Amino acid sequence: MRFVDEYRNEADAQKFVQAIQRLVTRPWNVMEICGGQTHTIIKYGIDRLLPDAVTLVHGPGCPVCVTPLELIDRAIAIAWRPEVIFTSFGDMLRVPGSGSDLLSVKAGGGDVRMVYSPLDAVSLAQRNPERQVVFFAVGFETTAPGNAMAVWQARQLGLTNFSILSAHVRVPPAMHAILSAPGHVIQGFLAAGHVCTVMGTWEYEPIAETYRVPIVVTGFEPLDLLQGIYMTLAALEAGRWGVENQYTRAVTRQGNVPAQKLLQQVFEVCDRQWRGIGTIPGSGFRLNAAFADFDAEQRFDVAQVTARESELCIAGEVLQGWRKPPECPAFGRLCTPEHPLGAPMVSPEGACAAYYHYARPA
Amino acid sequence: MSQEMPVYTGLQCPIPLSDYPSVTLAHGGGGRMTQQLIERMFLPAFANPALETLHDGAVLEVGGTRLAFSTDSFVISPLFFPGGDIGSLAVHGTVNDLAMCGARPIALSAGLILEEGLPMEDLWRVVRSMQQAAQQVGVPIVTGDTKVVERGKGDGLFINTAGVGVVPPGIAIAPKRACPGDLVLINGRIAEHGIAIMSVREGLQFETALQSDSAPLADLVARVLERAGEQVHVLRDPTRGGLASALNEIAAQAGAGIRLHEAAIPISEEVRGACEILGLDPLYVANEGKCLAIVARDVAEDVLAVLRAHPLGAQAAVIGEVVAGHPGKVMLRSRIGGLRVVDVLSGEQLPRIC
Repeated sequence: MRFVDEYRNEADAQKFVQAIQRLVTRPWNVMEICGGQTHTIIKYGIDRLLPDAVTLVHGPGCPVCVTPLELIDRAIAIAWRPEVIFTSFGDMLRVPGSGSDLLSVKAGGGDVRMVYSPLDAVSLAQRNPERQVVFFAVGFETTAPGNAMAVWQARQLGLTNFSILSAHVRVPPAMHAILSAPGHVIQGFLAAGHVCTVMGTWEYEPIAETYRVPIVVTGFEPLDLLQGIYMTLAALEAGRWGVENQYTRAVTRQGNVPAQKLLQQVFEVCDRQWRGIGTIPGSGFRLNAAFADFDAEQRFDVAQVTARESELCIAGEVLQGWRKPPECPAFGRLCTPEHPLGAPMVSPEGACAAYYHYARPA
Repeated sequence: MSQEMPVYTGLQCPIPLSDYPSVTLAHGGGGRMTQQLIERMFLPAFANPALETLHDGAVLEVGGTRLAFSTDSFVISPLFFPGGDIGSLAVHGTVNDLAMCGARPIALSAGLILEEGLPMEDLWRVVRSMQQAAQQVGVPIVTGDTKVVERGKGDGLFINTAGVGVVPPGIAIAPKRACPGDLVLINGRIAEHGIAIMSVREGLQFETALQSDSAPLADLVARVLERAGEQVHVLRDPTRGGLASALNEIAAQAGAGIRLHEAAIPISEEVRGACEILGLDPLYVANEGKCLAIVARDVAEDVLAVLRAHPLGAQAAVIGEVVAGHPGKVMLRSRIGGLRVVDVLSGEQLPRIC
């Protein structure tokens, strides 16, 4: 398959592996931010190809995993309402709230539907004027413009039966939080290529300067990852910091400017709670005052729904790179994809699920 | 003599209510939750040696003849899809389950559950399709049943088929027979049925020329058995849950490991492309005309030649081997040479967000 096979070539991959082996002189901890990158690393066994001195730390970049319990409980409360068609991306459906998940709401008779695009939810609202269509708008800067476009289109179409439950998160504040935490172990980053396709790379320059870390914007195919890892390690070995771009076929310094403008039109930056980590200032997007009437939390008055997270789950420590999933006492025993205690076990992109599915010790 | 009442160990449902107070779609997805339903509820309730082989069908000895007996229900939506329909699928499904027992199919039954309001024209199309499929395989539909449910209580049409077949002497197909050194073969490209169905589902239409691989495998299997006989250790059609689920079941039952080579697994460009876009792993996507054969290494080349000479096996390939290491687990050597576990999914595969 063109534009895919080129990036999954075994001979080229082995060249990078050998180059990395020649390059590395001492131990390094590198964090890949994005869940999609974690997925590729584990699915292709990249972590097992690297020298022992290189530790890959799976970052908090899975939007499904970091959506707070409280918001999932609110989604479930909304989805139970008889007038509501609740729409969501597939992997949000199985994320456990305090007592249930959206698939169980569906089994119980709630109208919960999986969609591939927020625009599908808008057309559902058009076709079902007597129902309220709610879209669970999760995601990083990658998915946020699509969600903003859905709201913007709903406004253009004059739809009063469409709203979104907003759980958008932003990468740069999370990196600040990780790097300013006392005792953090991260020495270099693979930044999320798709987030940067939208936002560009300029947002990361102050982070690299402030904390003196190399940040390499990296794609999602196996060779992208290997090259990104190589570039990060080369910078670390040479004592360099700054932003470099491995994913030049998609990412520019300024990013997708029309998409950024749309984000500004529809959303505003807000503080956001991350599951297992806590509240990170300025780390979310919410609908701004001009579009507040599309906010499902206000429309369905679910502010009284609150929740407390499992005390056993160490998701926060995993997502910040302090511990690996198998080090969790609940991993694979009390916490499995069938009965996840924390969100990283739910989405296939979640660090714990990735370990469970692909790397469980044989 | 009055029949003895079954002894219940308790009134409690063996699947703790706290886990799932009601059935979810994931219980029918062919993954771990389906397995749990079978292991915790059905097996203890119906316990008997024939059931406990956990194969695609049961093999029963009757008057010196070994009979294979199997059943399958079809609840597919939409009823008509590229490359087939619920009628042909219902015939192929049970014929294939019998073939995977090493049996020559003899007769089928058909139970139809019709929803009030189903167009008579649709019913006729399905019935004709069943007739043609049965004729093609040379297996008559010898008995049946019809029920009609109220509008809204069925999805147009559900079909159950059951079938019996005869297992020739000297043939012993069982998951437990997979042993280290055996090779794993498949008769062609994977994941075509699942992707073809998805391409016409409401809310997900995309343009593709892709067709379901739905096909009867009895003739193909008969030729393999003629050539390799008892050297054929396991046969399995990787339907719901795909290649990954079928091989995991075999590995678990055999207590052996299975090692796959990703680059050797036949898959069309179109299916790969659709899976990339939809965020799905083709190893977990359904097939309806594929047969996994685990055979002794000595006969693997012969079996491969037999498969490739058959119209349903032109793209046949050796895709892996049975190993002594990692018993009960399936591992895959990825395209770039890394190694990973191929696990059982919990329920249905859910597309990833980004």
